[in-house]
Parts: sequence; C-alpha cells; structure tokens
Amino acid sequence: MSLHTVSESILSEKRDSSTAQEEIIRLEKVSVQYRIPEERIGTFKEYAIRFLQRKIRYNTFWALHDIDLSVYRGEVFGLIGKNGAGKSTLLKVISRVLRPTKGRTVIFGRVAPLLELGAGFHPELSGKENVFLNGALLGYNRKEMEACFDQIVDFAELWPFIDAPIRTYSSGMYARLGFAVATAHVPDILLVDEILSVGDEEFRKKCNARMTEFRDKGSTIVLVSHNMTDMGKMCQRAAWVHKGVIEMVGDPDSVIEAYRGL
Amino acid sequence: MTHTDKLMTLRPYFDSATQKVPALEEIREIKRYKYLIFQLTRRDILARYKRSFLGVAWTMLNPLGMMIVMSLVFSQLFKMVPNYPAYVLSGLVAWNFFSQSTSAAMSGIVWGGNLIQRIYVPRTSFAISAVLTALVNLSLSIVPLIAVMLFIKSPITPAIAFLPVSMIFLAAFALGIGLILSTLAVYFPDVAEMYQIILIAWMYLSPIIYPENIIPPQFNLLYHLNPMYQLVRLFRLPIYDGRIPTLNEIWPAAVVSIAVLVIGWLFFTSKSDEFAYRV
Repeated sequence: MSLHTVSESILSEKRDSSTAQEEIIRLEKVSVQYRIPEERIGTFKEYAIRFLQRKIRYNTFWALHDIDLSVYRGEVFGLIGKNGAGKSTLLKVISRVLRPTKGRTVIFGRVAPLLELGAGFHPELSGKENVFLNGALLGYNRKEMEACFDQIVDFAELWPFIDAPIRTYSSGMYARLGFAVATAHVPDILLVDEILSVGDEEFRKKCNARMTEFRDKGSTIVLVSHNMTDMGKMCQRAAWVHKGVIEMVGDPDSVIEAYRGL
Repeated sequence: MTHTDKLMTLRPYFDSATQKVPALEEIREIKRYKYLIFQLTRRDILARYKRSFLGVAWTMLNPLGMMIVMSLVFSQLFKMVPNYPAYVLSGLVAWNFFSQSTSAAMSGIVWGGNLIQRIYVPRTSFAISAVLTALVNLSLSIVPLIAVMLFIKSPITPAIAFLPVSMIFLAAFALGIGLILSTLAVYFPDVAEMYQIILIAWMYLSPIIYPENIIPPQFNLLYHLNPMYQLVRLFRLPIYDGRIPTLNEIWPAAVVSIAVLVIGWLFFTSKSDEFAYRV
C-alpha cells in the first residue's frame, strides 16, 4: 500500500519535470448556462402571478459545455472560433466575471483583462482622474498607480491633455489611454479580446510591441482574434472553440487548418 | 521578479471550488479593493459638482433651501416646536442622507451593470461607495445646520460629540437597505421607480417635518416600529435636543441597523454571482 503511493508520487513528479510546464489557468469540466426568460417580466405583480401559475419559462442554452483546458505559464494561447462559439464567455470565466454554472476554475495569478478599453471612464473627470479610477477598477492600489502614472501618460502620449475632461478626447485618445492603463503593470495573465482592431496602424504596432514585451517578461497571454495570420504568428498553442465545446487544442497552424476545413 | 515569486508559492490566486461562503468572501475582496471604494466615492463627489458654478456649496445650500421653505410653510402650524428651523433641518439632513445613499446604491449597480459584465470587481463596492459619498455630503451639511442653530440661538452642547455614532448606525441601515434594493433592481427594473414613491410615503410617516407628539396615541406602537423613526431621533438628540441619548433610545436603532445590514449583505452576496448573467 505504502509502496504503491510512493511509486505513484515518483511517477507524477517525473511527469511534471519532463513537461517542465506550470499550469497558470486550469478549467475543470467548466460549463456555463445562460438562462433567458422567454418574455421580459418587469414587475413584481407579473412575476408573482406567473410564479404561482408556474409559467416562468426559460430558454436555456449552454454557452460552454464541459470545458477542460490548461494554459501554461509564459505561453501565448489563442482562441479561435466563429462568432457566438463561446470564446468571449471563456475569457469571462477566466477573468472571474462569470462564475461557471458547473465545474471549477483555478487561476494561479493576477488577471488583467483587456476586453474593452476604457470601460468605466467617466466623461466629466479629467484624464488623470480617470487613470486612477480605471486602475482601481482593475484592482491596483494607490501606490501601484502612483508608481506607474508617468509611464501611462508617456505611452498614451497624452501629456498636453491629461487635465482636460475625458469627454473632450477623440476615440483614438480614449483607446490609447485605456490600453496604457490596462497594461501599466506586467500582469501574470493578460486577456486580449479583439481590441487591436481599434486605433491606427501606429497604435496597433505599439500594442503588439507591448504584448511581445509582456511575453518576454513571462506573462501568459490568452488571445481571441479572427485574424488567422496574426494568430499563427503570435501563438504557441491554440484552441478551436465550436458551439461551446473545445474541438481541438494544439499547435496553431494545424488548429487553424482544422478550423478552416469545417 | 516578484511576479515569479508569487507563482513559486503555487497558491491559487482564485479557485472557484474554495469559495463556500460568498458573504465572507466578499468582505475579503472589499478589503483587497479598498482603493476602488475610495476612487468610486471620489468620482461621485467630483462628477456631481464638476459642471456647476458653486460646486460643493450646493451640498450645504440644498438642505438650507428646503429648511427655509419648510419653516415658512410649517412654523405657524408647529408653533409648539421650539427652534423649528433647527428641528426640521436636523431631520432633513438625516433623511436626505438615507434617501440619497439608497437611491444611489440602486442606480450604482445598474450603472455598474455594463462594467461587471466586462471585468471583475467586488459587487458590493457600488453600494458601499454610494453610502460613503452620502456620508461625505451629510458631514458637509452639518455645517449649515450648526450655522442655523447659532443664528436662531438654539443651544449647542458637548453632546454633539455623540453624533458620529448616530451617523454610523444610519449608514449601516442605509447600506443594508441599499444592498437589498440593488439586488431587487437587478431582477425587477421597476423597483427603482416604485422606490421613489415609497420614499415619499416613508418620509411623511417619519417625524421629519412634524413633531412626534402629534401622533395619535393608538398609533404609538406602530410608529416605534419604523426604523427611520428610531434613527432620525438618534441623530437629532445629540444636536437638536443637546443631550446624550439614553440606552433605551440607542438599542432599538442599533439592533435594527445592524440586523438590516447583515440581512442585506447576505441577500446581496447570495445573488451577486448571478448579476453578470442578468444586468
């Protein structure tokens, strides 16, 4: 009995060292169910009546179904799939926005979501005030924000406008500031959802350079994109998500090929 | 770097399987996110006054204006109340605090709705910052209250030092109600409209603009069951009446505010994981 456990532990150790990979995101049988009422019930009275009549009907559908996925430290991991396949839902599970209906999520690090730039900016506040507000929304504290404030404004190239209300900013300035705040610190895990389509060529190049820098410093990046050439170039591994199920995980070229073959 | 050290410990930063008690988990998260609470409060205070010429002065002018109107209308009717302007103003600032913080907590979760679908933040932060914002406004409106009392020569005694205790109970009660309302508002948007009507009725059922001794004795018991009666009285005693409240005046307010806060916190956190699916 004791011998058995010892040999087992040696075996598992061997497996760990042979792959030399550290899990940073682990999803175990994760399922997410959306429940959409057939009709919108907006008042108590209506709700009470329907409840008593047992007439509240829901359309349920599984946005994710039994997802098992491990992402390892330091890799750039791509998610591909059609619109509505569940890619964004998967990112929301990783960033803790959605708690899975079933299954378990384990995250070994701090997640910086780059989902929509500038979410939570207040139009009346100045650029500077918004930098601190946005940083706080991303979970940073005062010290961390004060330490990187100059660098944020440098990156966004917004020194002349930083004290002006953000409602006076152009959409490009808005996106630049949002990106600069979201990437002010080297995160353990960076989630990127199709945001690089905003902004001009120069800004896109800057963003890509930033992401490469993060990867070199050891961040793990999970990327959603419809641009297959980008995905092939940037990712070490990719997963193809189809109708809430992972169809295939592997090296990006063969996953893209399989996805295109559908 | 520190970031590698953190990973070496291999302690999960987040594990959905270990979160058994959402109410306690939320307290931990709020501690982690206290800078966010500060920033949200700051945003609400700054944003409110950014475009107005007089800025923060409106927090003081608003109840002052209300007091002048009430005094002109009612001081003849309530001649038996000594220093009626001070009586009505002390009641009004306490009531305004309550109605402001609960309404703001509710609209905060609706505003935050599009945010909590994109990034993770502790969901109670919106209600907590709404109460803190109102608490700042309440503290500011105590300034004109004291000015009015000095002006009409209503006595101010050292008992005023008890006022922060009354404010803490009032804030706890408002946070509890705010959390319950915001949970309901996520499921039933009509609650927000309905609540505005309830607030008006509730205000006239509480001794804000009239003295409590005009209540017919047969309603006395019912009247004492109104938490806002207990809380407004606790607020008024140290400043308007100028004496430390007795134990019998303190405990009903303390019990009701802490009970409502606990119930609100449990109710909100038991539902808040569903919010991202609903709002």
